[in-house]
Amino acid sequence: MVQARQRRLTAGSRGAFVGRPGKPGRSRRPGHPARPGRLGTPRRRLLLALLLPGLTLYTLFIVYPLVSALQYSLFRWSGTRQSGFAGLANFGDLFTRYPLSEQVWRALEHNVLFFVGTMLVQNTAGLTFAVLLHRSRRGKRFLQTVFTLPHMVSPIVVGYLWSAMLNPQFGVVNATFRAVGLDALAQPWRGDPNLALPVAICVNAWQWIGFPMLLFGAALAGIPEEYHEAARCDGASAWHTFRRVTLPLLTPAIGIVSVLTFVGNFNVLDLIYSLEGSQGNPAGATDVLGLLFYRTAYQNPDANAIGQSSALAVCMFVLIFGTALAASRVFRRMEDRLK
Amino acid sequence: MSLPVSTPLPPRRTGAASVADPPRTRAGRPPRSRAAGAAAGVLLWGYAAVALTPLLVMVSSSLRTEADLADRPLGLPLHPVFENYARAWSDGNFSTYFTNSVLVTCGSVLLGTGVSVLAAYALARYRFFGHGVMSAYFLAGLMLPIRLGIVPVFYLLNSLGLIDSRIGLICVYAASGVPFSVFVLTAFFRQLPAELEEAARMDGAGELRIFAQIMVPLVRPALMTVALFQFIPLWNDFFFPLVLIGNSDKYTLPVGLTHFVAEFETAHAQLNAGLVITTIPLVVLFLLATKQIVAGLTAGMSR
Repeated sequence: MVQARQRRLTAGSRGAFVGRPGKPGRSRRPGHPARPGRLGTPRRRLLLALLLPGLTLYTLFIVYPLVSALQYSLFRWSGTRQSGFAGLANFGDLFTRYPLSEQVWRALEHNVLFFVGTMLVQNTAGLTFAVLLHRSRRGKRFLQTVFTLPHMVSPIVVGYLWSAMLNPQFGVVNATFRAVGLDALAQPWRGDPNLALPVAICVNAWQWIGFPMLLFGAALAGIPEEYHEAARCDGASAWHTFRRVTLPLLTPAIGIVSVLTFVGNFNVLDLIYSLEGSQGNPAGATDVLGLLFYRTAYQNPDANAIGQSSALAVCMFVLIFGTALAASRVFRRMEDRLK
Repeated sequence: MSLPVSTPLPPRRTGAASVADPPRTRAGRPPRSRAAGAAAGVLLWGYAAVALTPLLVMVSSSLRTEADLADRPLGLPLHPVFENYARAWSDGNFSTYFTNSVLVTCGSVLLGTGVSVLAAYALARYRFFGHGVMSAYFLAGLMLPIRLGIVPVFYLLNSLGLIDSRIGLICVYAASGVPFSVFVLTAFFRQLPAELEEAARMDGAGELRIFAQIMVPLVRPALMTVALFQFIPLWNDFFFPLVLIGNSDKYTLPVGLTHFVAEFETAHAQLNAGLVITTIPLVVLFLLATKQIVAGLTAGMSR
């Protein structure tokens, strides 16, 4: 409702504005319909001056490198020089050449687990907190601020901070467990291959939980209270109201949070680097695609490091961008069905 | 909320929220829901402790001596020492890293916001050939995993002589903020009434004057949001300087931290001081501008 109104507003002001004749080009006769000006007209020059700096920066440092990565991936490299067209051979390397062939699948698996774990732990908790905060009044601002505070901390700092706290001997976490007599819970959190990934997921969730909480909070504030009122009058329980009324109306927000979580999780690197090192210790139990990509490019003894890492980059790009795009489309369709 | 267009939702505090908490929920509540309310309180305040404790541990550890840290993991800084900060600042090179972080982050935010304001103004207030394509082109950048272009970025900067240079880092960083900034600022410029511009034009103001003296001041809140939103991830970024900067004199704080950890493996108290130094500016920024940051975070709602 609000969305539609604002869309109309923006569309209206834009329509009334842009199509107006004789606006910017002073040379133009009044009443002449808007058309693209010739090169060199003042209007054209003004537009170029406005657009060109941003366009250049963005194209040169963001778009061009990503396109180049595709080109790099199709060539065989010896050191820093291209030594001939390779077709899809670099992509073949990723899946056939040991140890890459094993590491790629392992890292992908960890990324998928990381995403699933984050959705279950971080986003579920974020939604719960958002719902609870939406109802409560006392301390709401304060709690929101506190929950979001770790979001401001660099993932590198978060990693080092938690690796100190989770230290098996001197760490605060195990010391606390021992102090209250729960010695059995004092685990080598970062060193146990079975625990390392879940621990990384929880540390990551500690940092990011404020984000889903705020997004869901904003979405909840946009749901008219009459809907809940109506459900309550019909005798629906609180849980039923949430399940049948609130949750469906949160579909757009859930979609956005899921897509952003996916993109964030498949780009994760800093946190694992500072928590478990560039190899994803212990024994690769926390290796993820981002780290593997970094190592393939910069810690790879193979002369064809650039070819291989670029092939990996292209695969990751297709995976991340493609999934994000497809998911946004699906969620948009679900959203449309809602209206 | 200061992001009316890109946040398609009413302000949280005034609108639905106040309707949602009528006195009915206070007095006449059945006992079961009162118990639920208490449980919710325990959960919320309990998690608040979980969210805050690690940060407090960080500060506390930075104020204690190495020996004290090893002896009593759960001790408190009853006699705080500031020596860790002094040593991290000078011996640990955090003074250099801090200066670099300030230079690089501020430079990037200024450059990125500057070019974005110009582009957003053109996209919002003029229609021209290729307008739709151009908007979509900028918008696509919101979802691009830009780190994947790191190898070509390295060679690009190398060919420009900008490897190991703060300027090179600033260029990449500024570019990375362009899509989001253009997206938000375009929405804001579109909102401004056409009459303003007409009136100014009647008075004989030129296009540049209208832009600089009328339009830009009107979107100042959006500029703040956009600048903050570039500042946070850039201050915290680790990956680009890791690859693009090899000289430790030009490290920013996050890379400096990894360098410090590799060099002084056992200096835990000093490391904590370094972590605090890295974190403090953003925490202060966050507490000063909570409203804008929250608005920016929820701006993603309309994507």
